[in-house]
Amino acid sequence: MKWQSLEHFLAMGGYALYVWGSYAVTVAVVALELALLRARTKAARRAAAAAPVPGDDA
Amino acid sequence: MNLFYYAAPQTFYPLAGRMARVFYALAAALGAAGLYIGFFVAPTDAQQGEGYRIIFIHVPTAWMSMFLYVVMAFWAAVGLSFNTRLSAMMAQAIAPTGAWMTFLALWTGALWGKPMWGTWWVWDARLTSELILLFLYLGFMALQAAIDDPRRADRAGAMLAIVGVVNVPIIYFSVQWWNTLHQGASVSLTRSPSMATTMLWGMLVMALAFWMYCLGATLTRVRAIILERERRSDWARDLARGAKAGKEASA
Repeated sequence: MKWQSLEHFLAMGGYALYVWGSYAVTVAVVALELALLRARTKAARRAAAAAPVPGDDA
Repeated sequence: MNLFYYAAPQTFYPLAGRMARVFYALAAALGAAGLYIGFFVAPTDAQQGEGYRIIFIHVPTAWMSMFLYVVMAFWAAVGLSFNTRLSAMMAQAIAPTGAWMTFLALWTGALWGKPMWGTWWVWDARLTSELILLFLYLGFMALQAAIDDPRRADRAGAMLAIVGVVNVPIIYFSVQWWNTLHQGASVSLTRSPSMATTMLWGMLVMALAFWMYCLGATLTRVRAIILERERRSDWARDLARGAKAGKEASA
């Protein structure tokens, strides 16, 4: 095992802010993008489902 | 298999859904492997200590930011040349993911620059050209959003995307052409890598993971764009209503 303890791992040799700041924001961006994609797909499905059927609107 | 069969949005829609799932699964598996190598196999750097581990995100996102722009411009050019609808939709689907990758490359770069250079940001050639890349993505998205007619928006966006390609080699070669604070390329085809093998492997596996993620996200987005643009067609309405009915039946 490379790390002596969990504390050592979390401390990242004194670079915790920079290393974890990078990884945390990356995870947040990926989660946000996936959530936005899900919302956009749902909205597109709703809009398509609500479209009138031609010849049905008389 | 006839490739042109899948050039129609209607036939590409289900295929894109199946492909996206495969790419997400690959991204998760490669991401787990890459993080394991990056945090538990790769050694401490002699100069930068543990701080260098930002590389496993910084380099892959920077590569993807440039690569996605070229792919986006390629599809935009194909759409402009052959007037194929799906090509333009692909370009539109790539832009937000490309912008996110550019943002992450800049963000992780700032967090790496602070402890190693003593500054979050410096107006040097590499950083400035990467920031221009972000503005090109955002400009492409804003231009497309500002034009109501989607086909006209595609043509205008394509022009911007194609002209902006000139920035990509500027980013890539900026560390050679100018005196920059940013270090030179970590990986080159013409000379042996300047870092430990396990560091290099962690970086390459993470790059593959980000590539697979970007493919998945782009394909998911192109499905939404197809539905948005085709919402007045019979197939899209039937598909959306069918999915709704299926959901209600299963609930």
